[in-house]
Amino acid sequence: MTDFRVPGRGRVDHDRPVKFRFDGETIHGLSGDTVASALLAQGRHLMGRSFKYHRPRGPVAAGSEEPNALIGTSRGRGRFEPNTRATVQEIFPGLKATSQNKYPSLKFDIGAVNDRAYMLFSAGFYYKTFMWPRSFWDRVYEPFIRAAAGLGVSPDKVDPDHYASRNLHTDVLVVGAGPAGLAAARTAAEAGLRVTLVDENAEVGGTLLSEPQAMIGGQAAWDWVAAELAALEALGVRVMTRTTAIGYYHQNMVGLCQKLTDHLETPNPDMPRERLWRVRASQVVLAQGALEKPLVFDGNDRPGVMLAGSAQTFLNRYGVRVGDRAVVVTSHDSAWYAAFDLADAGTRIAAIVDTRVEPRPDLMAEAAARRIKVLAGHTVSGTAGRLRVKSVRVNRVSGGTVGFGRQIDCDCLLMSGGWTPSLHLFSHTKGSLKWNETQNTFLPDHVTEACQIAGAGRGLWGIGAALNDGAAMGAAAARALGREAEVGTTDVGNDRPGTGTSHTELPTDRSAARARAFVDFQNDVTAKDLRLAVREGMRSIEHVKRYTTNGMATDQGKMSNINGLNIAADALGKPAPQVGLTTFRPPYTPTTFGAFAGYHRGTHFEATRKTPIDGWAEENGAVFEPVSQWRRAWYFPRKGESMDDAVLRECRTTRESVGMFDASTLGKIEVVGPDAVEFMNRMYTNPWTKLQPGRARYGLLLGDDGFIRDDGVIGRLSDDRFHVTTTTGGAARVLNMMEDYLQTEWPDLKVWLTSTTEQWATIALNGPNARKLLEPFVEGLDISPEAFPHMAVGECTVAGIPARLFRVSFTGELGFEVNIPARHGRALWETLFAAGQAFDICTYGTETMHVLRAEKGYIIVGQDTDGTVTPQDAGIGWAIGKAKPDFVGKRALQRPDLVAEGRKQLVGLLTADGATRLEEGAQIVLDPKQPVPMKMVGHVTSSYRSVAAGRPIALALLEGGHARMGETVHIPMPHGVVAATVTGTVFHDPEGARLKL
Amino acid sequence: MTRFSALSLLRNAVTGHKGWTEQWPDSQPKDEYDVVIVGAGGHGLGAAYYLAKEHGITNVAVIDKGWLGGGNTGRNTTIIRSNYLYDESARLYDHALDLWEGLSQELNYNVMFSRRGVMMLAHNVHDVQSFQRHIHANRLNGVDNRWLTAKEAKAFCPPLNIAPDARYPVMGAALQMRAGTARHDAVAWGYARGAAARGVDIIQNCPVIAIRRGPDGAVQGVDTAKGFIKAKKVAVSAAGHTSVLMDSAGVRMPLESFPLQALVSEPVKPVMPCVVMSNTVHAYISQSDKGELVIGSGTDQYTSYSQRGGLPLIEHTVAAICEVFPIFNRMRMLRKWGGIVDVTPDRSAILGKTPVPGLYVNCGWGTGGFKATPGAAHVLAHTVARDEPHPINAPFTLERFTTGRLIDEAAAAAVAH
Amino acid sequence: MLLIHCPYCDETLPEAEFAYAGEAHVARPLDPSSTSDEEWRDFLFIRSNVKGDHFERWRHAHGCGRFFNAVRDTVSDRFLTTYKAGAPRPDLTALKDAAE
Repeated sequence: MTDFRVPGRGRVDHDRPVKFRFDGETIHGLSGDTVASALLAQGRHLMGRSFKYHRPRGPVAAGSEEPNALIGTSRGRGRFEPNTRATVQEIFPGLKATSQNKYPSLKFDIGAVNDRAYMLFSAGFYYKTFMWPRSFWDRVYEPFIRAAAGLGVSPDKVDPDHYASRNLHTDVLVVGAGPAGLAAARTAAEAGLRVTLVDENAEVGGTLLSEPQAMIGGQAAWDWVAAELAALEALGVRVMTRTTAIGYYHQNMVGLCQKLTDHLETPNPDMPRERLWRVRASQVVLAQGALEKPLVFDGNDRPGVMLAGSAQTFLNRYGVRVGDRAVVVTSHDSAWYAAFDLADAGTRIAAIVDTRVEPRPDLMAEAAARRIKVLAGHTVSGTAGRLRVKSVRVNRVSGGTVGFGRQIDCDCLLMSGGWTPSLHLFSHTKGSLKWNETQNTFLPDHVTEACQIAGAGRGLWGIGAALNDGAAMGAAAARALGREAEVGTTDVGNDRPGTGTSHTELPTDRSAARARAFVDFQNDVTAKDLRLAVREGMRSIEHVKRYTTNGMATDQGKMSNINGLNIAADALGKPAPQVGLTTFRPPYTPTTFGAFAGYHRGTHFEATRKTPIDGWAEENGAVFEPVSQWRRAWYFPRKGESMDDAVLRECRTTRESVGMFDASTLGKIEVVGPDAVEFMNRMYTNPWTKLQPGRARYGLLLGDDGFIRDDGVIGRLSDDRFHVTTTTGGAARVLNMMEDYLQTEWPDLKVWLTSTTEQWATIALNGPNARKLLEPFVEGLDISPEAFPHMAVGECTVAGIPARLFRVSFTGELGFEVNIPARHGRALWETLFAAGQAFDICTYGTETMHVLRAEKGYIIVGQDTDGTVTPQDAGIGWAIGKAKPDFVGKRALQRPDLVAEGRKQLVGLLTADGATRLEEGAQIVLDPKQPVPMKMVGHVTSSYRSVAAGRPIALALLEGGHARMGETVHIPMPHGVVAATVTGTVFHDPEGARLKL
Repeated sequence: MTRFSALSLLRNAVTGHKGWTEQWPDSQPKDEYDVVIVGAGGHGLGAAYYLAKEHGITNVAVIDKGWLGGGNTGRNTTIIRSNYLYDESARLYDHALDLWEGLSQELNYNVMFSRRGVMMLAHNVHDVQSFQRHIHANRLNGVDNRWLTAKEAKAFCPPLNIAPDARYPVMGAALQMRAGTARHDAVAWGYARGAAARGVDIIQNCPVIAIRRGPDGAVQGVDTAKGFIKAKKVAVSAAGHTSVLMDSAGVRMPLESFPLQALVSEPVKPVMPCVVMSNTVHAYISQSDKGELVIGSGTDQYTSYSQRGGLPLIEHTVAAICEVFPIFNRMRMLRKWGGIVDVTPDRSAILGKTPVPGLYVNCGWGTGGFKATPGAAHVLAHTVARDEPHPINAPFTLERFTTGRLIDEAAAAAVAH
Repeated sequence: MLLIHCPYCDETLPEAEFAYAGEAHVARPLDPSSTSDEEWRDFLFIRSNVKGDHFERWRHAHGCGRFFNAVRDTVSDRFLTTYKAGAPRPDLTALKDAAE
């Protein structure tokens, strides 16, 4: 195999060979190579297959805009990713690269049969067929299409790497470290500003890396870059390479993705693979340069056909000649220089084909000096070669007539259709673009964020122009931040500014309908697809794009958007700007999911809130359930117990002796102030004025729409102090709602609200022996039944720990809730558990809590209510202070539908056979024999096996339920109808005697 | 109109595709129409199609400020399902699903409705209870929906992580097998082509500035960038922009417009066989026929028409996807975009008459309007043609916000549409 | 992510610290019992949802905890001003002139 490496050339290290594998074969490259440059150095252009036609493809570009040379990359178990651009992936020992979208091999791919039938697969063909027979879409056509589509394969293992994220505040963020960006950073930094300079490449320099001939201020380009970099570092500029600015968000926030390990042989395992930066910059300078446009002609996609500027990059940056015998076809001056550089490096330039009739005389002269044949006023009408271009067909164009074609042999064809400013980030800001007639491109117009656009981004060509504009824009950024900034002018020698013309498809003497002139290489969109879309009535660029998929490949239109627009505009007979702007959307280049997820993986996906007693529960075999952000002990199985067994035992022990429950997750809000009682009167449905200090009451909170939002027991500690409890999931919501009303509707009230949820650990003791267990530990409070009755609250010490003690029950048994400072929670829990052994105490979890409360008909907001339930519906109308002039939700309860007959009301249900447990969520009907769709009259909200009732019990919301006591209703299940009797909601101790023990 | 078929495709292939004609003309407004529909998305175009086809009303214009199908129709994640809890919703979405199943044939345009199944993950006991309630209600309503254990869910969707020690473990899932996805653009284009063939004018790039009412209070027409267009009836089907338009007719709406973001990955070979939704972690994902993972995000917290959306939400959404599908961690995001969704207080649509005679509204679909497209369009056409709601959309009134008869799917289920 | 000025803390901070709280200047009727069903609906549900300058509420949830008002252009998401709860609507013309 020929070696296409030019000794000593480029920025690769010729003394450091690097081996890696491509499709199983060992490839010898050099340190500093990309996969693409290493393969090209061996004369291999074929690196991939296209999306639709599976056409053989090689790299058309040298950077992140590459649409063709996509490969799978892997470096060991779990470290595989598809669709990596070979032109970006740096090589390292151990890298395994594989080609994609081919079977069985890259050189012989069965999928390429599509290419033979290309006439069938015109734009939007799938909208027109695959409709008959109807059932075939799911079963035949779609599976076939899906299997054919896609490029690489998904990773199939969990990613062992980790990812990081950081925030950064900077005065000036400069995006792009080419001549404009370097100069902007230098100027802003010299004005005394904190500057951050980022570039997606492995090193700074941008276009200068491909143009070593330039002399900047008397210095050779690469020496200048090195000196500038040193100067920037000395000025404290943060320079980040391999860092892509992916998106430009509100108020000058720019997202960056920094790649840290993908180029390393043996990365430090502690190092993240990538890091997402959220940069907030006072000023942003966009110096992203320009992207070269391909020319559109038949066969412009064969391996070996590439952008002239990219060929120049491969030569000057990587020391690789992309072929031995090149033809250059161009409509822009820049490609001539690529030809000269390659010629000087030993590639034979068979011809420079310029579509323009009169190329620049100085270029003609240089070509002549190198004995390069120039075909001015010519077009390219075709290429030949299956896995590599082997010849090109050129024709003279005169007076609009295309002459005979003649063939020129070559092994590479370098093309240039001119350059397009890279305005992707600018586009993210919704900044407007304006069509520039002379340059035939969009340039930035109205700027919406604090940003400057420098250099090629605003249509300035040549290193000198870019560099001096960069300095000017750096100064503009500095001045916008109130700094003085000096702007000098730098002389650039051997500069290569140029101009060009723009084309749609190149003229041809052949049938345009047969031409395979690609616009979007990866998605196989041809010029005639675009014209077909227009013929079919697609008039906006958005329609054309969506109909043909032009610009929707992984390069996101970097190669294809402007050519596509020009062709569509031509087909419509309209100027390009009237056909519409193509919108660029973030990210600038495809960005790893892991970088976005950052630290939020696994257990760190979201915080897990744990109570102080959680550790004990874990050590004692609790099974947990997630409840909002908390994890709560669900039940405490003993050896060999099923969940049902454990819950039944916990229920029995609690009802017969005493059970202990960790209620610390209950929300707690301290409501304090001279107007606390008035505030409570307005917020909650209940009346609070007459509640004495030392007493507690069940509180019900509605929204102003009249529906139940939350509930909880509320103790009055003193005239001006309430201890409010909320549901576990509702704590933050309730506090926010209280603050909202307090601050914005009733700012006159003197009340202060404090969340105390995490200050207190709450231990609930329930059961006939609860007092016997607790009493010995209590000091400073008489908790006898007479002195401390049901719904009493008081302050005391428990086992020497200061406590707020509530006598309250969510089980129907004698109950106490001990609130102690959180740090003592576990100690007291263990103390009580030890002392409880004398009573055969059990600990119980949320499931038993649910059963015990359901036996008493106590509702759980969010389970027995669902956001459409009023207090009356829930059977707790008694909690409404009817005499109060107002409370949140009072007005809404008078709305027509909330007082209508037939609302769903909470009832109890007992299955007729006394043995079947209904399913929660099961629907209730009156007539089980009716056909589907059935008239449903309600559903089961809670359902449990009940020890206390000796049978399964259920709560349900039932239409007109309160008036249906004793009636039989039906619950149709998949395997038969269950009959149930409507009852009250209290299944245990209806008199409440046990509460009063 | 050229009829689309394998044969016509073949015939055109041979002749270099010269025979295809435009799928709809770019009409200029006439002075007067029987019906003007504001908003050329799937809903508006579909309503025009059904007005012409089923009600014989063809003097219809569909007017859009931009290009047809350029709003939420072309910006959504294309999830189609009907397993809603309440009878009202189930009827509406199941009606839509019935129409989806025959839509390609109806329109002679392959909308690629793909019944690959939509699976909704339960991550806690509350989710389980809620989904079971849905499944039972759906069964008695004749709506397909069934319960899967975590293992069954994994078997149905192999990339799913069902490790019990996950931060939000999968406790099971509700699966609607009949549900799936469709090609969003094709829906707008198919309806546009069908409507245009029946005489409907589709007027693009013509912003409607105001709805004009006569001295009797009834609708007279619309003021547009291209002048006044007289109309006996006006139907507003303009998603996020509804409030502004209705306000011009003196009708204030219970709507707020929020940014909604979505994103796709680079394309890969088939790996996700179905649609998966997880409301608890806020992740919605499917794979397009092209191979891209299509991922839905939640709405940003503030109202906006900017279509920009913030980075934090994207970070969270991608984290959620990687939590449920850890093998996708090394996949790459290709592009993300934003839409504007109009949200009602009960998260259900408003579809029907308004206090203004001759003015109809179809809005408030929030994040879930795409799936309703054929159904909503169909009953909107009925409502406009008959000046009375179809029984299916009768409950989706504006009045419900006065009476309190809300259709609160969100409160009932904590499930995103 | 937006940057928001809290008028109580007098600092401009990232959106992550704040919670959006809906349209501003929608006052709860002082005597709800005397309102009609329509008036109550308006209070609960009807929102201007303007495309342009929007008066809205934010809460500095992870800061001082205060609710305050803001004017934001919903087309560009740019804040014109923020001001304390209870303060009257600012004069937008004057604000815009000042910004020019």
